[in-house]
Amino acid sequence: MIRTVNVEEITENIREMCIEANHFLSPDMGRALTRAVRAEESPLGRQILGQLEENLEMAAEEMIPICQDTGMAVVFLEVGQDVHLEGGSLEDAVNEGVRRGYADGFLRKSVVKDPLVRENTKDNTPAVIHTRIVSGENVKITVAPKGFGSENMSRIFMLKPAEGIDGVKNVVLTAVKEAGPNACPPMVVGVGIGGTFEKCALLAKEALTREAGSHSSVPYVKDMEKELLDKINGLGIGPGGLGGTTTALAVNINTYPTHIAGLPVAVNICCHVNRHIARTI
Amino acid sequence: MHKHITVPMDKETARSLCAGDYVYLTGTVYTARDAAHKRMDEILQKGGALPFNIEGQIIYYMGPSPAREGRPIGSAGPTTASRMDKYTPRLLDLGMGAMIGKGKRSPEVADAIARNGSVYFAAVGGAGALLSKCITSAEVIAYDDLGTEAVRRLTVEDFPVIVVIDSQGNDLYETAAEKYRKMEGNRI
Repeated sequence: MIRTVNVEEITENIREMCIEANHFLSPDMGRALTRAVRAEESPLGRQILGQLEENLEMAAEEMIPICQDTGMAVVFLEVGQDVHLEGGSLEDAVNEGVRRGYADGFLRKSVVKDPLVRENTKDNTPAVIHTRIVSGENVKITVAPKGFGSENMSRIFMLKPAEGIDGVKNVVLTAVKEAGPNACPPMVVGVGIGGTFEKCALLAKEALTREAGSHSSVPYVKDMEKELLDKINGLGIGPGGLGGTTTALAVNINTYPTHIAGLPVAVNICCHVNRHIARTI
Repeated sequence: MHKHITVPMDKETARSLCAGDYVYLTGTVYTARDAAHKRMDEILQKGGALPFNIEGQIIYYMGPSPAREGRPIGSAGPTTASRMDKYTPRLLDLGMGAMIGKGKRSPEVADAIARNGSVYFAAVGGAGALLSKCITSAEVIAYDDLGTEAVRRLTVEDFPVIVVIDSQGNDLYETAAEKYRKMEGNRI
């Protein structure tokens, strides 16, 4: 059976999701922050984490974006192969949803048309769109507005296979250490391991959309997530980079098969305002 | 130590601040970020005048989200200061009083802070909703075409910041992490 979906429905959902993501952090992030307040050893660190909790409450109550950097809209689409989209182009529909969401939600327009000419597009479009064709008759939409304080501190490393798991852990710690106070800690660290140069970057970005506190289904990867979170929190960077035992709220690692000659690792750093929201239509 | 100060502040006040002090600012600050800094730098290179008298003033590295009706400003937290490092020593030498941002500064900026008896404050990154409540008025005074990156004059009331780099060249980011570090370097 072919199911028909009008792209206007996608536009409207994306409009709402842009606004929702920027005002209401997902419950997993709230829980991670609450755990952090209890565990933080630095008094100033606890004070800052308390302010971040208060900030979340105020954002939701008064409809003020959690952070003024309401991000570049990253949109993941999983389109069922039994879906027939009508009513216009899918990418145009996504961008129209972003355009309306950023206007109606009083969100900041942070996108420049050309990376070097740098003229603001004034409607936060275009979005960065990743589309996959999957089985089924649904469309899954994930919207993840990404702030650039942390995006700027993200890294890709093309390791040698011989560097192995210790090499991977080492580069993750290197990236977090260099990010330090610039990335608005406590951070969420998305790691992609494997694939190709671009695939590992995408894995890392997708890892950020996983729930904070969730773990990989691969046992050794799950262990590595826990060990790295522990080690990152031992770096001392702390909330706001002003010292403490909460430098990251979560480390999420996604993996993919790779080439016999390679071990690509991408570290996509996100601040504590790790916005991700998903809907299936 | 917690302090309440009125801004702009005099040199004596700036020199009395120490890395780690928790300070509440009340008074006037100006916003400028990447695009405004680039434009101001181009003006200075051509021998022109800045859009406001920078003497003693505080620049807040911030580009707000749009204000809803009846509010002075939208979300209004700090942006990463290091992107302004290229332009900062010149502005400090022209008399800029202090900066508010977040994240590390270059050695050149730290030197210029010490040389001019200035100070670098950090506000909590990612707390833009909370910080917006300490801003009671906002007015675009230059570069309106830059949208969120326009230069704004803000009135702030008990705006919370932490002294990161003081006029003695102390850097809180360097010392604070040491205290809570539980591992040597980053080797596994």
